[in-house]
Amino acid sequence: MIEQAKTVFARALAAITSGGLVSFLRTRTIVALVLLLSGLLAGIHIARRGTVNALWMSNMMLFAAPLGIVAAGQTLVMLTGGIDLSVASVATASAYLMATHSGLGLAPALLYGIAVGFVVGLINGIGVALLRVQPLVMTLGTGLMTEGMLVVYSQKKMADAPRVPQFIEELGAGKFLGGIPNDLVVWVPLAMILIFVLRRTGYGRLLYAIGDNSRACSLAGIRVWRVLLVNYVTCGLLAAAAGLIIVGGTDSAELRLAEVYLLPSVAAVIIGGTSIFGGRGGYSGTIIGALILTVLNSILTLLDVPESIRQILYGAIILLLAAAYTRLTD
Amino acid sequence: MNEAALLLEATKMAKKFDSVVALKAASLQVRPGEVHGLMGSNGAGKSTLVKIITGVYPADGGQIFVKGVIRSFRSPAEARRAGIVSVYQDPALVPDLTVAQNMRLAGASVDAVRKWLTELGIVRLDFSLLVRDLPDPTLRLIDLARALAWEPAVLLLDEITASLPADLSEQIYAMVKHWRQRGNAVIFISHRMAEVSALCDRATVLRDGVTAGVTERAHGSEERIVALMLGAETARAVASGPSTHAGGSRPDDAEPALEVRGLRCSPLVNEVSFKLYSGEVLGMVALEGQGQEELFDCIAGSRRYGEGAILAHGKELRLRHPADAIAAGIVLVPANRLLALLQQRPIPENIGLPAFGGIRNWGPIKSRDERARVESSIERLRIDTRAGSELRRLSGGNQQKVVIARWLASGFDILLCFDPTRGIDIGTKRQIYALVREIAAEGSAVLLFTSELTEIALACDRAIVLFGGRVVAEMPVSQADEATLLRSAHGLSPSAEAS
Repeated sequence: MIEQAKTVFARALAAITSGGLVSFLRTRTIVALVLLLSGLLAGIHIARRGTVNALWMSNMMLFAAPLGIVAAGQTLVMLTGGIDLSVASVATASAYLMATHSGLGLAPALLYGIAVGFVVGLINGIGVALLRVQPLVMTLGTGLMTEGMLVVYSQKKMADAPRVPQFIEELGAGKFLGGIPNDLVVWVPLAMILIFVLRRTGYGRLLYAIGDNSRACSLAGIRVWRVLLVNYVTCGLLAAAAGLIIVGGTDSAELRLAEVYLLPSVAAVIIGGTSIFGGRGGYSGTIIGALILTVLNSILTLLDVPESIRQILYGAIILLLAAAYTRLTD
Repeated sequence: MNEAALLLEATKMAKKFDSVVALKAASLQVRPGEVHGLMGSNGAGKSTLVKIITGVYPADGGQIFVKGVIRSFRSPAEARRAGIVSVYQDPALVPDLTVAQNMRLAGASVDAVRKWLTELGIVRLDFSLLVRDLPDPTLRLIDLARALAWEPAVLLLDEITASLPADLSEQIYAMVKHWRQRGNAVIFISHRMAEVSALCDRATVLRDGVTAGVTERAHGSEERIVALMLGAETARAVASGPSTHAGGSRPDDAEPALEVRGLRCSPLVNEVSFKLYSGEVLGMVALEGQGQEELFDCIAGSRRYGEGAILAHGKELRLRHPADAIAAGIVLVPANRLLALLQQRPIPENIGLPAFGGIRNWGPIKSRDERARVESSIERLRIDTRAGSELRRLSGGNQQKVVIARWLASGFDILLCFDPTRGIDIGTKRQIYALVREIAAEGSAVLLFTSELTEIALACDRAIVLFGGRVVAEMPVSQADEATLLRSAHGLSPSAEAS
């Protein structure tokens, strides 16, 4: 048995080092990511038989959807070489505002939530695209401001007590057809649209081009600021939408609701193979990245691993993948 | 020659980047006390060979001997300790550090560098200036002085004169000769045939990653080098050169395609005025730093100008962004290809880029239209697409062709070319001259700045000379011999001999 395992291992190693696999993975990082995800699933299956079943899978998708949506906006921004650190605050604020306005009816309440994303995204866009503030600094600032304003707003009790509408609750926690999570109804079409936009539209082309060399874009007659402005607004809107799904899942609009999504949203993008310097990557990788993180989280929860160990693992995985990517792409 | 007497020997060097073969079997023998030319078309493998010898890349095959001892260097620092120092094509200096900090960063002695800079004719350089604030030619010389400060036995100069004005090139020639006299060797890479034949004792010619031959300095060695570089068949085709063109004859009252009137852009452009007509190639000549770059930037819309006017077909333009210039049909091929290209993206995306300028083109891409446009311009320029998936894998000449192909694909009326043949091999240069002529013949106007005076006669109908931010001379190409151009470029009256 051990002998057998050894030869298998040696063969696998030979296959990897012979270059065929490496050059294959270089062109198709997505395949490597799917393999990684399958490895994780196999690991759980071996460690605890019976864990991986239909219900568990459907729960994974349910939990992955909001992360996938926040990370969608993050992907768009990171492809241009930027980053948006305000997504978590936007998601929280969107959920809170929606919940406190639920008395007005569903549509106006949703509009309040989405409006938060639009406004913060617009401010980010103006700062980064027109005033040329570093994206990291700009979005860190707007994120903190959003958070602060939300606290003030909640303490002054300017609105009704937060209440999550039935529809949102269904969207964030419900399932249909015996196990398909409702939030996939938002995520799946969104993912398809996004992948299409990035691969087959002028706007997608521009995101990659700007991330690669924004000066070259400008010399080629592209008004880069327009693209960036639209992009940060889109990211804000996606974060706001994700906030609504998150609050549907927890059923209580808290002030730190989406905080835990900030770093994973960046991590999912990086794991998915999008370069933090921009110009390279895509959304399909991010989807797998979000699934990997969700499954990982679930494993750690199953094993009852304390938060500190989780953080260590998170960090280690990101470092490992970042190192692997630089090897693959250079 | 006795093997042991060689200062540096590289035999059968091979190197692959992914599937692209950069070197197959390149050999090089360098004797003490010689200037050894390393020649070859773009993509022949010169820079790769230099980088392997100096330890930047590991070799896939072949051996390197230094003074008869087999060596392989894992880093430039290791090569430096063995007495081999290179000045690479792009300045190896950190833009946001001062000159002195850069020297310390590289472990070079500031005093020694200053001494060599003085020898190179740069006497009072403030070492506390930021590198980004210094002009490109100065940086090249700082790079060279730093290399000299290590007192290398073998000095490799990779196209060091490519972006230098004539006077600074002279300084470099003198230094190269001086270095040879001290019993050291210099490996000199250049596309300028004249300087190679004047300077080099021998030359190794690479073609497609293989050493095609070694020439001694002798009568007729230039033709032999060209023949070796191009291979037997293409040499004949190129030797005939571009077809002779009819010097522009046009009615005096014709409306210029582009007119620049009294343009000022502080501090370097002082009242520049000239006219450029459809169907002609107007050559521009200037020493380094006479305002030519700023002038081109103004016309291309990437720099605001204080006074003056730019008119296209008689209509005054308001240029606030390159997009405004492009909308008026004015496109720029900039001096630095790196500024214009997306290094990580494939060739078609680089060529197709301008098509997405307007918001109405942000939607789905009509891939058939795009492919047709892109492919015809790739074909027209004969771009080598084998290294396809990322632009950075292309050779310099092919990258430059991509910049031009971009504008051919998107269409234009007035083409601004800033030194488009810098650092490009002779075959590609000829191709670019021919293309520029063709573009003019098809009715567009071309403004061509060049740092190589011989190009004026090869590609232009008229020439203007810029000095101190003004147009100081204008002449038809028939009168624009090199001596005249050079005199004007130095601010001397073009014809006056007697004084």
